[in-house]
Amino acid sequence: MERVNIVIDNIPVSANKGQTVIDAARDNDIYIPNLCHHEDLKPAGMCRLCVVEISGRGITTSCTTTVEEGMNVVTDSTGISEIRRTTTELISANHTRTCFTCSKNNHCELQRVTSFVGLDPDVDSMMRHRIEQLPVDDSNPFFTLDMNKCVLCGICVRTCDELQGINAIDYVNRGPHTIISTFNNQPLFDSACKSCGECVARCPVGALTFKEFQNPSREARTICPYCGVGCSIYLGSRGNSVVSVRGDREGPANRGSLCVKGRFGYEFVNDTQRLKVPLIRKNGVLVEAGWDEALDLIAEKFSGYRKERFACFASAKCTNEENYVIQKFTRAVMGTNNIDHCARLCHAPSVSGLAQSFGSGAMTNSIDEISNTRTIFAIGTNTTYAHPVLALQIKKAVRNGGTLIVANPKRIDLCSHAQLFLQHRPGTDVVLMMGMMRVIMDEGLEDPEFIAERTENFDLFIESLREFDLDFVEKTTGVPKEKLQQAARLYAREKPSSILYAMGITQHSHGTDNVLAVSNLALLTGNIGKLSTGVNPLRGQNNVQGACDMGALPNVYPGYQKVDDERVRGKFLHAWGADLSDRPGLTHTEIVGAIDRGEIKALYQMGENPVLSEADSGKIMKALPKLDFFVVQDIFMTKTAEYADVILPAASFAEKEGTFTNTERRVQKVRPAIAPVGESRADWQITCEIARRMGAGGFDYTSPSQIMDEINRLTPVYGGITYERVENGGLQWPCPDTGHPGTGFLHGEKFQTLSGKGRFMPLRYIPSAESPCSDYPLILTTDRSLYHYHTSTMTGRVRGLRMLDPGELLLVNPADADIFGIEDKETVMITTRRGSLDVKIKITDICPPGIVSMTFHFEDTHTNLLTSSALDPGAKIPETKVAAARIDRVRA
Amino acid sequence: MDDKFVELFQDFRAKEEELIPLLQHVQNVEGFISETAMKRIASFLNIPESKVFSVATFYAQFRFAPIGKKHIMLCRGTACHVKNAPKILDEIENQINIKAGETREDLEYSLETVACIGACSLAPCIVINDEVKANLTTKAVKKIFRDDRKKNG
Repeated sequence: MERVNIVIDNIPVSANKGQTVIDAARDNDIYIPNLCHHEDLKPAGMCRLCVVEISGRGITTSCTTTVEEGMNVVTDSTGISEIRRTTTELISANHTRTCFTCSKNNHCELQRVTSFVGLDPDVDSMMRHRIEQLPVDDSNPFFTLDMNKCVLCGICVRTCDELQGINAIDYVNRGPHTIISTFNNQPLFDSACKSCGECVARCPVGALTFKEFQNPSREARTICPYCGVGCSIYLGSRGNSVVSVRGDREGPANRGSLCVKGRFGYEFVNDTQRLKVPLIRKNGVLVEAGWDEALDLIAEKFSGYRKERFACFASAKCTNEENYVIQKFTRAVMGTNNIDHCARLCHAPSVSGLAQSFGSGAMTNSIDEISNTRTIFAIGTNTTYAHPVLALQIKKAVRNGGTLIVANPKRIDLCSHAQLFLQHRPGTDVVLMMGMMRVIMDEGLEDPEFIAERTENFDLFIESLREFDLDFVEKTTGVPKEKLQQAARLYAREKPSSILYAMGITQHSHGTDNVLAVSNLALLTGNIGKLSTGVNPLRGQNNVQGACDMGALPNVYPGYQKVDDERVRGKFLHAWGADLSDRPGLTHTEIVGAIDRGEIKALYQMGENPVLSEADSGKIMKALPKLDFFVVQDIFMTKTAEYADVILPAASFAEKEGTFTNTERRVQKVRPAIAPVGESRADWQITCEIARRMGAGGFDYTSPSQIMDEINRLTPVYGGITYERVENGGLQWPCPDTGHPGTGFLHGEKFQTLSGKGRFMPLRYIPSAESPCSDYPLILTTDRSLYHYHTSTMTGRVRGLRMLDPGELLLVNPADADIFGIEDKETVMITTRRGSLDVKIKITDICPPGIVSMTFHFEDTHTNLLTSSALDPGAKIPETKVAAARIDRVRA
Repeated sequence: MDDKFVELFQDFRAKEEELIPLLQHVQNVEGFISETAMKRIASFLNIPESKVFSVATFYAQFRFAPIGKKHIMLCRGTACHVKNAPKILDEIENQINIKAGETREDLEYSLETVACIGACSLAPCIVINDEVKANLTTKAVKKIFRDDRKKNG
């Protein structure tokens, strides 16, 4: 960074070129009073408190003046003081003076300014002669807007606009009547506000304050337990309760930003319903038991079900260390590779598809590269709901002049930021992307050099492209040719271009083909292996990347080393000192089938809730009772745990040490904020206890860092990822040794395939397993709510999140509502070939005609009873995105 | 959506700078700016709804509730003030039974006060729809509304 030399109050200091005077002063520990300035926002120059005297320019606002070489700045003088005092008198004249009872007491910028400037009591009382009381907006469950304490600095308005792109609030009225308000003065609760709390976090005074606020007595720097973005947070606690969350500005994935779940969704940790003691089923009833009794019983029972009669569901919510230990237990102690976890239900096609084309199944580039992308192609990702903080990077890219293309069957919120929206039919992603590639080839927009040097199998791919003429593409996808051409040209020409995708691509019976279409598109245009490009699957769970990396998959050891590779097996056999099966195990969905057929008799499950999350979950509900012995480790009682023979209370993320790996392959440190609740224990401790009681060696770890040492030795991509090195900001794999800085983007020099080349894959169109017919004329697709997470075991216990989203709403297009004669908020029965349930509807044009949509968050509307379990042949992921459905009126 | 707004917006090119002309146009045609109108303007111009509301509430010229068939603007400028405008206002409020800033429930009348209508030589004066009533006295006000009542039967 280029530096310039300036003088502030006769002290020579150095500043970054392009920096404002106020920021340069702050960096040199010189306070210039201000209210409307925030380093994340564009300078506003509104409060007039930051005035300084600059030689040759007179008195000017330091927040709007850029430093220049040799600049001479005076921050205080009689003239400046006078201006500041008058301004402060005016700003504070109507301010509510209840500082002692204000939650911003001692953190208030107005207090800081008034104490710095100094107010004259006589002038102050003269100015305060008429104070109008304005109503307080208390409608939001998490924060309060009190205009009586507002200084109209506009930081909230600019945060909502410049950073969040939501624009829920703005200035309303004029002159002395100006307030900050929502559209048509609606209560915040009813407004466009998404409750992220970013404005509250930045409000310099007590106008926007968190409800139920308590200053923590200590804070732990850790990682948010919700989605895969991996936001770094400071988790505050008092006594044995978690009381606050704030964003960590040093966090590489979030830079201080948080979403509504991350900022406010921590109440579940303190919930009274947490499992606190082990439970054992005796005479059909779950009764409290001691740890010894429970662990001895498990050790004894598991000993009788070794090899293929045993299976394990690991957890994408648990740490890397815990997933490592549980897969080691399954393989080394139980002697089977029957281990899988919910990644099967979300990104299995990414892991298998990208392994075929690139040799490595993970997000190729980093989150902070997104904002510099010129063209973003976001397909099958409802990013603002499922990965809200990553979506900020997309919005930033658009503000930086980039183009956003959204491809989605539904008109999702992200569309409002997009220049181009391709509304294709569910299940036609391959056709859509092959159509784009057809345009790229026809118009000569491909990258011939990249194709020649870095790829293989191009000819076979081109051969398969023949099938996709644009008329066919338009007819199949429903996307007009012109739009498709526009999208193809933008993606191919306006580089760097990046593809972001999520469940809309993967949760199909041809999910792997969808992923291969994505990678073909990137290879064809050379948009891979470079900054701000790539193929970027957005991972759903806080540690789903890590759980995969740690080998909580049936076919690979940690680091994607194949179980059927003799050399690899030899290495683990030697390291673990146990006999290991060379037969790949069963996947999540196959395990359920094997339980149903009576082949698997014992199941060990850590932190999952498949009864709600498994597609066509009638099947698992039928299978689970057939188990001889079912052990569940969780923080709460769940629908699945109701089937268990033993339930073990696990410590939550807030109570243990370890690492999570986020969607951009960044391994970050998780640190405890409080002691484990009740008698709960960290999952790794529980698994090790069971292993030891079964007489197994190699489970004597005394801390998670010892587990990481073992991971370092056995997992080449994690070779250099030690606790010491991930202390600040983490490291991105591959990181083979402790001298390696980690890898921001993959495939820069060569691909990880055997040949080192990116592999084009020929594709053909395979329709979804179900299509609309006369009995089931609609397509049911699935989605997420911003306010809930998966089966809502955590978010459902946060009162405010329940208020913001109290329950399932089936989204129905107005045209379909007319056809079925149903009204908004009416309860209807939705039926698929697998079952039916009653659900309230919401009429909205988010869904196009013919398509209805539900989330799967709620127990009482068990969406997965309806979804299809048609499997992708390779990745074995069920088709949760497409099920033929029918709506019937419920007679009163 | 083939509704009245399509027609209302037909002479505009959906440029952000058309916000104020659009608000004026809608008010001219509809008499006021409804919540729906603001939402439709926002989506037509592809700007946030809160921005439309912010701009609309900044200007005194925009109204957010329907006005009466007869909209009365009473001048409270300096000249009118010294020539008894407050008395005139009292009399009008008395005659039509609403306060300044209100619209009568039967939508016959609405009443607002303005700073100056630029007709100081005619003070005190009011404007009913587009017609100026000049040099008013309370007696003259009574007559205006008596005649009105007669006309309406």
